[in-house]
Amino acid sequence: MSRQQKETTMTAGSLAIRDLEVIVAESGEAILKGVSLELQAGKIFALVGESGSGKSVTSLASMRLLPEALRITAGQVFLGQEDLFNLPEARMQEVRGRRVAMIFQNAMSALNPVQTVGQQVAETLKLHTALRGQALRQRVVDLFAEVGIPQPEQRFGFFPHQLSGGQQQRVMIALALACEPEVLIADEPTTALDVTIQDQVLRLIRELTHSRQLAVLLITHDMGVVRQTADEVGVMFRGELIERAAVDDFFRAPKQAYSRALIDALPDLGHFREPTSEAPLLVLDDVKVHFPVRRGLLQRVVDYTRAVDGVSLEIRRGETFALVGESGSGKSTLGRAILNLEAIAGGSIHFRGESLHKLDRNGMLPWRREIQVIFQNPFSSMNPRMSVGEIIAEGMLSLGVEADAGRREARIRELLQRVRLEPSHASRYPHEFSGGQLQRVAIARALAVNPQLIICDEPTSALDVSIRAEVLELLAELQREFGVSYLFITHDLSIVPSLAHRVGVMQWGKLVEQGTAEQILTAPQHPYTQALLASVPTLDTT
Amino acid sequence: MKPVLLWSDALIFLLVTALVLFFWRLRRDPQTRERWGEVFRSRLGMVTFTVIIAYVLVALLDSLHFRRALENPEGNSGGEVYYDNRVTSVLDVLSGGMGERFERTYSAPFALLSFEKQTIKDAAGNDIRDFPPLEHAGRHLDDPADKWPDVARKSAVGLGIGLLFSALLILPQWWWLRGSTYPWYASWAVQATLVSLAAWMVYLSRYYHILGTDLGGADVLYQSIKGIRTGVLLGTLATLVMLPIAVSLGVMAGYFKGWVDDVVQYLYTTLSSIPGILLIAASVLLFQVYIDLNPDFFDVGMEKADARFIALCFILGVTSWSSLCRLIRAETLKISQLGYVQAAHAFGVSHTRILARHILPNTVHIILITFVLDFSALVLAEAVLSYIGVGVDPSMGSWGNMINGARSELSRTPTIWWTLSGAFVFMFTLVLAANLFADLVRDAFDPRTSLRRAEA
Amino acid sequence: MFAYIIRRVLYAIPILIGVNLLTFALFFVVNSPDDMAVSQLGDKYVTPEAIDNWKRKHGYDKPLFLNPDAGGVETLTDTIFFNKSVKLFAFDFGRSESGRDITTDVTTRMGPSLAVALPTFLVGIGVNICVALMVVMFRATPLDRGAVLVFVALMSISYLFYIIGGQFLVAKTWKLVPISGFHPEGQVWKFLILPVLVGVVAGIGAGARWYRTLFLEEANQDYVRTARAKGCSELRILFRHILPNAMIPILTGVVVLIPALFMGSLLIESFFGIPGLGSYMLDAIRSQDFAIVRSMVFIGSILYIVGLILTDISYTWADPRVRLS
Repeated sequence: MSRQQKETTMTAGSLAIRDLEVIVAESGEAILKGVSLELQAGKIFALVGESGSGKSVTSLASMRLLPEALRITAGQVFLGQEDLFNLPEARMQEVRGRRVAMIFQNAMSALNPVQTVGQQVAETLKLHTALRGQALRQRVVDLFAEVGIPQPEQRFGFFPHQLSGGQQQRVMIALALACEPEVLIADEPTTALDVTIQDQVLRLIRELTHSRQLAVLLITHDMGVVRQTADEVGVMFRGELIERAAVDDFFRAPKQAYSRALIDALPDLGHFREPTSEAPLLVLDDVKVHFPVRRGLLQRVVDYTRAVDGVSLEIRRGETFALVGESGSGKSTLGRAILNLEAIAGGSIHFRGESLHKLDRNGMLPWRREIQVIFQNPFSSMNPRMSVGEIIAEGMLSLGVEADAGRREARIRELLQRVRLEPSHASRYPHEFSGGQLQRVAIARALAVNPQLIICDEPTSALDVSIRAEVLELLAELQREFGVSYLFITHDLSIVPSLAHRVGVMQWGKLVEQGTAEQILTAPQHPYTQALLASVPTLDTT
Repeated sequence: MKPVLLWSDALIFLLVTALVLFFWRLRRDPQTRERWGEVFRSRLGMVTFTVIIAYVLVALLDSLHFRRALENPEGNSGGEVYYDNRVTSVLDVLSGGMGERFERTYSAPFALLSFEKQTIKDAAGNDIRDFPPLEHAGRHLDDPADKWPDVARKSAVGLGIGLLFSALLILPQWWWLRGSTYPWYASWAVQATLVSLAAWMVYLSRYYHILGTDLGGADVLYQSIKGIRTGVLLGTLATLVMLPIAVSLGVMAGYFKGWVDDVVQYLYTTLSSIPGILLIAASVLLFQVYIDLNPDFFDVGMEKADARFIALCFILGVTSWSSLCRLIRAETLKISQLGYVQAAHAFGVSHTRILARHILPNTVHIILITFVLDFSALVLAEAVLSYIGVGVDPSMGSWGNMINGARSELSRTPTIWWTLSGAFVFMFTLVLAANLFADLVRDAFDPRTSLRRAEA
Repeated sequence: MFAYIIRRVLYAIPILIGVNLLTFALFFVVNSPDDMAVSQLGDKYVTPEAIDNWKRKHGYDKPLFLNPDAGGVETLTDTIFFNKSVKLFAFDFGRSESGRDITTDVTTRMGPSLAVALPTFLVGIGVNICVALMVVMFRATPLDRGAVLVFVALMSISYLFYIIGGQFLVAKTWKLVPISGFHPEGQVWKFLILPVLVGVVAGIGAGARWYRTLFLEEANQDYVRTARAKGCSELRILFRHILPNAMIPILTGVVVLIPALFMGSLLIESFFGIPGLGSYMLDAIRSQDFAIVRSMVFIGSILYIVGLILTDISYTWADPRVRLS
């Protein structure tokens, strides 16, 4: 005990977590198994790990904000000399927001939807300071200006939904900094944001850390973010802090194999795949998908949302074409249009020389064998009430592949093995699998009908980094084996180098730039591509 | 003896068979099994489910109808057999003739004398006004002062028999379910209580009117028990009528969208804009006109009452599909956007197959929750409808009719409380059990609540 | 916004036509006017002349849809359909089977209905919200679980028992107020207290339970965690953050009922002898006066549609995120 007290005096002024243990109240299952870390003023401590590793629980537990289902069983949290776990709740409320502030992942839902953003920031000040009236308002406006919100005077009266995602997160930051706290806990502050915005928000946090001498705990799953912003790193794995190091040492020589795997998931801009010279398989010419906008008394169509606005590209046999863009750029709509699930308003789609866009539901049937799809969210792309075997068999049945039941069974077992699952998994149901395993099932399902082109719509964005690499590796392997082509839709430029032969960049429904992976990633021409690339966290930027 | 199959009998047996098969099939699906497991792992789930099953069993026993053969009148040597015009059910037989012991009018629970004075002859043959002794209560007693000790003795015997039956019922279950992790003991406790209570009632009702008699002198306990069949049947049959309409329209509206959706939305907005009670009342009254004008369709009086009952179920079903339809439509819209339906489109799976394999099975939780929730709502609605005068036929035993007949009894002096209490206890037990069970089912099946738990 | 309301009103027209056709089909096609005459007259007096007389007296002696004998516009207008259904759109309700003017009846009876229904509605919402808030304050404790059990038990009691029990306890045993009755002048409140009390108590189970779920749903939102991280006390979170957000579903859930308050409550009014529209409907049903039932169906539908439109408007008022278009 005395030794611990000595330690805390050494780290006075910032936050120290000691041997924190948390369990699930009902089952007694351990969530945190003795986590210790210290934050220092003016420094950012990055806590990394995959979903479920206990990063967020650590931060919430230290602020005594855990949901009722979880319980703290051991440990101390020192803020200066005080053990926060010994404070009565009323004193704890004075600590929250005043001395330790928090920023959460999804600003849209973390802000009260029926209060103006100004009021929400003002509330924090009201709780902890004597500021009232005009002075209070002025302080909020100043804060808005400091975190880079344009027209802060007007923005005071805005509701959260009237601000963009980046501005919402800035409001969250303003709210956190309002009472000039000593410690800032930022829980995945940029995960819900587009890459370009993500970069700006991280810079802001970095600047404020130095200008205000904050002690920051930055929770993230993204190693690029760590590389860019952190001073010190802690790696969490299944409720334990398995490695701690200064950021440079960590990236130079990680001690744990798991840390190594996390680092390796970062893109390597030195090696690219050579484009193939095969014949084109799919040719899109000036494809447009428009959604009507209705307005007025009679709901007439007054305008169109141009989701896809004249896209031309071609995909060759055995080639991977990566379609990159931020959310809402129309890339997924384009994928659906190729699958004939969305009617196109103009242009043409040719597959092996045959035009697809004029076909009706039945006419499209023979082509469905050739073009298949893998979706983003593996949990929602499997019917929870069908076994994996039934899920894979469904496409084969309706497209008339392997009509014989025995041979179909054999093929399903073979496919499952091919995607490195057990043949016996055929009788299991989706909820028994992890996200990565389910995405393998999705791949098996697509392969079952022997397609020539698979549209992969963000197949890895719902997966953890280490699993992501395995799935991508499997896709590449299958391409070598079966010569299948991929249209790979992604928002994440960092997975492109190891994956794609050619790349197209989409913005606002238009394909602003396309070329070989090497061209796009080393010498981007369009300013938007340059902005995207600049915000990609890589190993060799610093 | 000649069996009588009323329409409602046939339907309830059909329904129970269908439900059993349905749940048997659901067992295949591990996720559903897990959720049911969650419901039954709680003691409350076990208790309420046992209570509901007990009510359903009583309703089923009361749905096995027959007409007794009358003894041949003298001199009629022909082989022809005449049947009683009254329809009896197996439950009537099991209750030991509880329903056949009529008094002249009101009598309090366990009373020996009638509640109202009458002109009777005393020992000397003079007319006097006094409380006459009851026909079927305490006749075996020599001294009225022995009543309560006798009740206690008879209760002990009745409960003893009940416990014996309970043991016979529970021991095989105990043997069969050894090692099961579910709280079966909770169910057994309820079973033992209910069986003992039933035995006690049957045994004691041979000597006393446990809950007294009503205005017409009928045994109140017997009437309350007869109300079970009406309540259970109405609660299930009306939902059964409503389900196919609501589900098929809702699923089609949500899946096909466009004009189908417009039409379905128009239909349910129109229907739900009509005050429900008026629509039901008007429909029932119009059907009653039809029954009155066509009296020859029905063989015995009970069939007429049954026809009105079935009509009531249909009317309740047809007028109440809009809320479920709306829920199913919204859910279908959501499911249609999900990856697995999109994938099915990409695999060229036909519309019918998508509806049958992907959409319908994933709306089952909504149907299930609605089914259990509506059940208790309908049992409650029956009482109100009977009060308004558009409920089940007055000749058919129901809690609504009991309450309706007794609604001013509490304001009398001295108060007559037993008719209302009988109806209240039997109705409240069923509705409470159903409501609590519905809560558990919803907690287990509603993705929103289970999601919340997973996040926590 | 304005265009939206206009559109909703226009959309109401096909619905009202649908209601009209449905009731017409129910009342005149399922059973012919002859059938109705027979059942109204009773078995004893059924002669062909009596039926014709009855039909003439009530205006049912015309063809259903087309009257070729009348000629001209009257081919369409001199029919049962036009007289009994189309005229409802002009709020011309005609006369009841017993010969009274329905429009007068409806206007005089609206007042007493509203006098009971409106206080019940307002007090009910207030009480339910308070009870639910108290329970939510103790969430995840045995108190909360116990309260939910009580709510479910309260829900499981038939409305009839609330009324009968209320009359027995308050009026008969304690003799605090009269059992039933209504005088438009003088101490009206004396007659209103008990029906309102019964109405409020009967609604607590379902109402408070529903609001509790809404509050808990909001309590699990991310912004509540943000408020805690700011240093708000639990009470402040409940009243400043959860309550305003939960008011959105509460408001939109109850606004639809407001117009229907004019219709009163069937049970309450009949038990307490209040001369409102509820008891009017009940009497009509019991005496099988289909003219009144038809008119009330129409009025009820209009009020429901008004409720729907009000709901949409209240959304924009309560929730800054909603803009009608």
